[in-house]
Amino acid sequence: MRIFLHQLRSEQLIFWRNRESAGFIFVFPLMLFLLLGSLYGDETTDEGYVAIELLLAGMLGYGAANTGFAGMAITLVIRREYGILKRIRSTPLPAFSYFAAALASTLLVFALQALVLLGLGRLLYGTSLPERPLSLAFLVVFGAAAFAGMGIGTASLIRSAEGSSAVVNFILLPMAFLSGSFGGRDYPTVLEAIANVLPLKYFVDLLRDVYLDHESVWSNPGALAVVAGWGLGGALLGARRFGWEPRER
Amino acid sequence: MTAISVRGLRKFYGPLEAVRGIDFEVAVGEVFGLLGPNGAGKTTTVEILEGYRRRDGGEVEVLGFDPGKAERGFRERIGVVLQSSELWPSLTVREVHSIFAGYYREPRDVDGTIDLVGLGHNRDARVKTLSGGQKRRLDLGIALVGDPELIFLDEPTTGFDPTARRNAWELVRSLRGLGKTVLLTTHYLDEAQQLADRVAVLVAGEIVKLGRPSELIASAKAEIRYRRDGELVVLETEEPTRALHELTAAALAEGRELEGIEVRRATLEDVYLELVDGEPV
Repeated sequence: MRIFLHQLRSEQLIFWRNRESAGFIFVFPLMLFLLLGSLYGDETTDEGYVAIELLLAGMLGYGAANTGFAGMAITLVIRREYGILKRIRSTPLPAFSYFAAALASTLLVFALQALVLLGLGRLLYGTSLPERPLSLAFLVVFGAAAFAGMGIGTASLIRSAEGSSAVVNFILLPMAFLSGSFGGRDYPTVLEAIANVLPLKYFVDLLRDVYLDHESVWSNPGALAVVAGWGLGGALLGARRFGWEPRER
Repeated sequence: MTAISVRGLRKFYGPLEAVRGIDFEVAVGEVFGLLGPNGAGKTTTVEILEGYRRRDGGEVEVLGFDPGKAERGFRERIGVVLQSSELWPSLTVREVHSIFAGYYREPRDVDGTIDLVGLGHNRDARVKTLSGGQKRRLDLGIALVGDPELIFLDEPTTGFDPTARRNAWELVRSLRGLGKTVLLTTHYLDEAQQLADRVAVLVAGEIVKLGRPSELIASAKAEIRYRRDGELVVLETEEPTRALHELTAAALAEGRELEGIEVRRATLEDVYLELVDGEPV
């Protein structure tokens, strides 16, 4: 436990000190929310939602994928290729503590980001506060963890540090658009069919259920199962294929 | 007391046998050098001892542990300096040391360790502002901060300029002063000669010579060179005293001068080049 807390503190120090990670992972989704939010007025969508609240639910989904999936994948690849993972592996820090701390650090960052998103929405655009805060809090933790699992799996497929950010965003941004992270998702049937297998679509569904429709998180077990399945699948792929040593020399 | 014991160690990469049944022992407090050209199997051997790679044959014991099991107790007691590694560029020297110190049950004092590796003036400097030599000191610092008994140095001065190398040598000597056991790999002969108590020369996965640097040199032939009618004559001999005596006696009897005569004692480099003959150095 002592070594886990030490590593969690270290992860937080490393995250916030690094301008790229703090900027891209933490600040960027907030900026995006402010930019997109300024486009929406207080109009109501066809489904009867306040447009800016629909955007907020989507941005929480994008934030979870950005922090969990992109953050975890890029960090792991860079540390692996720099030899930091190999270096750490020769120390008494257990692999389990390393990953537990990396996951906890990701959850912490996204929890803070979710709070800031809700706060900014409330202050600037008058969005409502969640009526089911516990269900939403559960979703925040659950989503960040599941996307972190996918990030670990993806890291095991990426070969170079230089390409990691590009590869990850090549997956993340189209997925976010198709899943309705940035607002509507009235796409042609083909694109909709693609969205229907993506985890982020189901996670955004869950966020809409809880935040917009005030339902319990358990009201949509199918969507929970899809997100959890993707997360577990990613983590298992990582467990099978993950390497501590640089691939490129 | 034995710190490292290796018997019949083998390692294959596919069909290639990178390490072909080598044996050696390293005593506690000894500085042991693994010397050899690139691709000789030095790094493979060291990485098996460090617990990074599995062996395909033979017995290995490091500080009483089987490194292949990678137990935590084992990793508490070793320090590793890799050939190349980067650390978090935005953290300070002190922060990086503190992170690594936190992984050990009984670490050294962080500031004391930073002073020991000569980074006292760079304590609060970001890693990205350090020079190449300073980064290697940082690597050594984080390998030492857990207060290990045994330190692995994989080519600690490759790519250094001469001054940086001499500074690094001083550091390695100071490890001996701390009573640490050191296993170092290098392809520089002078480095092995300067630092190691004993040297194993590894060529194509086999130890071709093992002993004190002075013993290796003593076993080598001496060279007598002179000119005869303008032609260079080179005489290799294991008995330079006798050869020289016979040569000078003959020259005196004939009344000739041995032009430009010189006797060269072999250096470790000659021994080495003879051993790795035909191998790329």
